[in-house]
Amino acid sequence: MTEPTPAGLYRTVRLIRRFEERAIELVRSGDIVGGIHPYTGEEAVAAGVCAALRTDDIITSTHRGHGHVLAKGADPARMLAELAGRTTGLNRGRGGSMHAADFSLGIYGANAIVGAAAPIATGAAWAAQQAGTDQVAVNFFGDGAVSQGVLLESFNLAALRAVPVIFVCENNRFATTMRVEAAVAGTITGRATAFGIPASTVDGMDAEAVLAVATEAVERARAGGGPSFMECHTYRFDAHHTWEHRARPRYRTDEEVALGRSRDPVDIQGARLDGAERATIDAEIEELLDAAVAFAVTSDKPDPADALDYLYADGLRTRLGVR
Amino acid sequence: MTILSYLKALNRALHDELARDPAVCVFGEDIGVGVANVTTGLLKQFGPDRVVDMPISEQAFTSFATGAAMAGRRPVIEFQIPSLLYLVFEQIANQAHKFSLMTGGQTRIPVTYFVPGSGSRTGWAGQHSDHPYSLFAHVGVKTVVPSTPDDAYGLMVAAIRDDDPVVLFAPSGSLGVRSDVDIAGLAPVPLGVGRVHRPGTDVTVVAVGHLVQDALAVADQLAGDISVEVFDPRTLYPFDWDGLASSVARTGRLVVVDDSNRSCGIGAEVLATAAEEMRLAAPPKRVTRPDGAVLPFALELDLAVQPSRDQLRTAIQEVMKA
Repeated sequence: MTEPTPAGLYRTVRLIRRFEERAIELVRSGDIVGGIHPYTGEEAVAAGVCAALRTDDIITSTHRGHGHVLAKGADPARMLAELAGRTTGLNRGRGGSMHAADFSLGIYGANAIVGAAAPIATGAAWAAQQAGTDQVAVNFFGDGAVSQGVLLESFNLAALRAVPVIFVCENNRFATTMRVEAAVAGTITGRATAFGIPASTVDGMDAEAVLAVATEAVERARAGGGPSFMECHTYRFDAHHTWEHRARPRYRTDEEVALGRSRDPVDIQGARLDGAERATIDAEIEELLDAAVAFAVTSDKPDPADALDYLYADGLRTRLGVR
Repeated sequence: MTILSYLKALNRALHDELARDPAVCVFGEDIGVGVANVTTGLLKQFGPDRVVDMPISEQAFTSFATGAAMAGRRPVIEFQIPSLLYLVFEQIANQAHKFSLMTGGQTRIPVTYFVPGSGSRTGWAGQHSDHPYSLFAHVGVKTVVPSTPDDAYGLMVAAIRDDDPVVLFAPSGSLGVRSDVDIAGLAPVPLGVGRVHRPGTDVTVVAVGHLVQDALAVADQLAGDISVEVFDPRTLYPFDWDGLASSVARTGRLVVVDDSNRSCGIGAEVLATAAEEMRLAAPPKRVTRPDGAVLPFALELDLAVQPSRDQLRTAIQEVMKA
């Protein structure tokens, strides 16, 4: 879990940044097949929101989900092993980057369909509400999701039943290559307020600012006050997907990217620590990730004979493609 | 013995499971009032936290059930119209169904989806009359189509207790079926086990859902000349291939009557499997809706695209001649 302290927030944003950079190296080396959607630039959102949560709270994530999963406390080594398709991965190599989950930490999975996790988080939060726990659920999604019908339907269900769910929009300005101005009529927060859901905008590059707003939303949800909505303004430093490193589609200028990168959530939070403390954390993270990479690339690959393990909860075995 | 209607059997199954297991809850549109006559009385007995009327947001409330299931609930969703399953195909086929494998077995999604009134209800035209059970069998979602009241009860109970997503189709043509049953003897019916409704020696007729009643009627008509065995798979996925094989081993001939469109319907799968793996004395036949059928409105046209008793009788006679 991310500790709600300056050092705790820094540790998480730095961990996510370096994790993503190491993962990109493993994509280039071929150890991660299929590529990833890097979260670099957006780390403060995951860190700030997850620092407001407890271990038993629930999150749902997106195709760009590594940061959320790490910030909620997943083991970076098992996460990296998952990306590398190893049996030691969080999902035993069955999910990969876009489906990483750790149900023991309330991580109900990254999800590869934009907006699709909103009703899942809402339903999970409803179940918690019905059970009389004070757990909350957080649904992370991007600006691309705010035009998906199922997301808006979920706002309605959550507001009708005062469900303890927090909708966190990471507005990184692009849905793949489409600019938010070209995709979104009206405003993003207006979608939430139309359903009577309290909405805030927050500097998504500042982990402490995110934590402050998230804490308020979590307190409201735990107290029975229902859903909240946060629009976090952030910027995607890297590609939509590592596929872009080769394809190089042109949809933003180098100047624009440089401007976006000039406010870096790692530096913003790092500046709040003294230099020695920051260096210590950085060194710990390097050591952690060295071990994580070694663990991932030396872990066993799955046996092809097990390709359909876990398909059914009851272990049902279905007919193979050739008999 | 008591006369039990198909609708009452479904109602009783929901009632019994709600009473037995506090994790069970029911979601759907107009289920408090019970416009489909399946959920009648449940709201009053179990309250609005267990029997939850939903706004018209099928996609959201279908995945809402997935989230609730991940958090320990066992939801049942009623859809009033079979075509709504197309609207929520993403939520069932691409979300609920895939979580067990994708998470390496970390979670399970015990949600039951049911349509009271699948297939044509006569006069409801193109967008209310489909019977898309083969789609779910194709993607590997457990799929059941009970044909009798006792099976409606038993399969609904088994579906709710199953730890995977299950779609239950209650055909419009079956809703009026009533049978004399021992209420105390009603029991879960295991998924994946077929039922021989009528033993025979000359030809196996595989009939799905409401077409079981048609197959039994045709078997009666032909009884003097042809001994027809009527095999009701009950579960289309996983299919009872062993049960079918032992029936075909007795008869050596096979006809399928299936309310799917012809291409890639479950009837096609039954014939393909029989051709690969079973000894047949004559080429098999299937009676289905036409390829790519959209059900037209006018009564004559509606009936013209559904499998009929005449078509089934002719198919049986042709298979016997070959």
